[in-house]
Amino acid sequence: MTKDRKERFGFETRMIHAGTQPEPITGARQTPIYQNTSYVFHDTDHAASLFNLQTFGFIYSRLTNPTVAALEERIASLEGGRGATACASGHAAQILTLFPLMEPGDDFIASNRLYGGSITQFGKTFKKFDWRCSFVDVDEPENLRKALTPKTKAIFVESLANPGGVISDLEALSAVAREAGIPLIVDNTMATPYLCPAFLWGADLIVHSTTKFLSGNGTSTGGCVVDSGTFDWAGSEKFPSLAAPEPAYHGLRFAESFGDMAYTTHAHAVGLRDLGATMAPMNAFQTLLGIETLSLRMERHCANALAVARFLESHELVEWVSYAGLESSAYHDLAKKYLPKGAGSVFTFGVKGGFEMGIKVVEACELFSHLANIGDARSLILHPASTTHRQLSEDQRSAAGAGPDVIRLSIGLETLDDITRDLDRALKQATK
Amino acid sequence: MSEPLFYNDEFLRGILAGVRSIAMVGASPKWNRPSYFAMKYLQEKGYRVIPVNPRAAGQDILGETCCATLAEVPDPIDMVDIFRASDAAGETVDEAIALKDSKRIGVIWMQLGVRDDAAAARAEAAGLTVIMDRCPKIEYGRLHNELSWGGFNTGIITSRRRRTRIA
Ligand SMILES: Cc1ncc(COP(=O)(O)O)c(C=O)c1O
Repeated sequence: MTKDRKERFGFETRMIHAGTQPEPITGARQTPIYQNTSYVFHDTDHAASLFNLQTFGFIYSRLTNPTVAALEERIASLEGGRGATACASGHAAQILTLFPLMEPGDDFIASNRLYGGSITQFGKTFKKFDWRCSFVDVDEPENLRKALTPKTKAIFVESLANPGGVISDLEALSAVAREAGIPLIVDNTMATPYLCPAFLWGADLIVHSTTKFLSGNGTSTGGCVVDSGTFDWAGSEKFPSLAAPEPAYHGLRFAESFGDMAYTTHAHAVGLRDLGATMAPMNAFQTLLGIETLSLRMERHCANALAVARFLESHELVEWVSYAGLESSAYHDLAKKYLPKGAGSVFTFGVKGGFEMGIKVVEACELFSHLANIGDARSLILHPASTTHRQLSEDQRSAAGAGPDVIRLSIGLETLDDITRDLDRALKQATK
Repeated sequence: MSEPLFYNDEFLRGILAGVRSIAMVGASPKWNRPSYFAMKYLQEKGYRVIPVNPRAAGQDILGETCCATLAEVPDPIDMVDIFRASDAAGETVDEAIALKDSKRIGVIWMQLGVRDDAAAARAEAAGLTVIMDRCPKIEYGRLHNELSWGGFNTGIITSRRRRTRIA
């Protein structure tokens, strides 16, 4: 009886327990907030072992912190990955996830329907690192094959895209990535591991903005990179940062020394060490608390969102609704396959009357908060064309599902009737 | 590819709690090699680790004299830890089987990435306990909660308070 299955506990149990055993010295059951920058060495030999990565332990909170580590283990467990690296925001996670893969002059392929902020980060800011991004319509896997070059190091998509109710065909995309010998990176922010187990569909790395559903209450910005532990970094010449000798660690090769822990070790020991976008311990604590109720919240988020989408679809002042949970959605079949528990709670609809009407509806809401976030317990509303997506060109905006008449909703956990009543009233008031 | 191996936590805990002396075949005197990391860590946890490597025979590695072969290790060996390529592991396993009574060898542990199912079957038939494709340092760290410090998924869930000495 030496052989055992990998995950011994169910998702809900791991939501509450993974990464957080009782603190052994005091017995404290809830995870302590280690509001602390640095950790005492036993002696110089212990310090040397830590700096050489020869033993496990804490040096300095820019690299690792016990509260942040608890969150990392919890998210790694929920995603079914090998390890995770938490950081200051979802955008920090996107830099961190590509950092071990990309050298100057390299490129990667991304969906042209990513969250607008990601398109700006990839298309504009990453140019300063000499990282190039080709944006393609990933509904056609052939488009990715055409965009591949010898310097392509990754494919980046959102499992469920913000804001348009678009779902990526992860299985087909992972086949392209495998053929090319590069990792598939999936932003699982909108779906969360509860709705979409992206590693089971072939993702190699998962990134999160923990700012959204994982923390769940709009309290804390944060991000996380999760490694599946299954990609063979040393299998080609493509990933020298992981496979070749690392000068800053005296010629150590991460892939050889750490095996399936190489990526996550590198992400802390080089990524966070040098990029410095560390998550604060207090934010890790808030996010741990949020995750304890993730499944319950996601069920209610999805149930409310589907009911609101149906309500809007039959509303006389609404032109269209783009929610993958609706039978009318072009992505409904993909939703049934990849998000069987629900299609998330963020979606868009078009008001009759275009840009001007869009702005009026947003401003007429009473219960919905007009702000630039998603994944809060509160219902949120936004007009992307005039806010989050305003840096994009018109073409980019319509590709991203953020045209002039588009309103984005993030449906919260309030009483359903109150949510629909607020929208109904706002729509009617806007037409007056 | 063969199916991944699963070893349950109690089984691994039992092995790591039961062995005291480990012969590390393929140990390197170079400080930045994985075997050196593992040896240093296991020594810190109280194990006696005896390096075995013909190319470093006679050299001092972390305070221990390196032996050329398993047979030359002067003391009893509870566990043989194999830091060699999978296709060379079988040879070491057969040496260990031949020496199991004289050296009191009970466990053969093949490192992460090292696996030879046929050799494992021979060793098990000879009454030895075998683990493959795992690192004792990583498993020790995982089972004692240290791996969690690096953000790794240990798979361990418990609400019991760990007994710990304040050192
Ligand atoms: C899908 C998605 N990815 C990434 C991000 C960026 O995350 P953050 O705002 O935490 O940097 C967002 C934020 O809106 C998002 O919705």
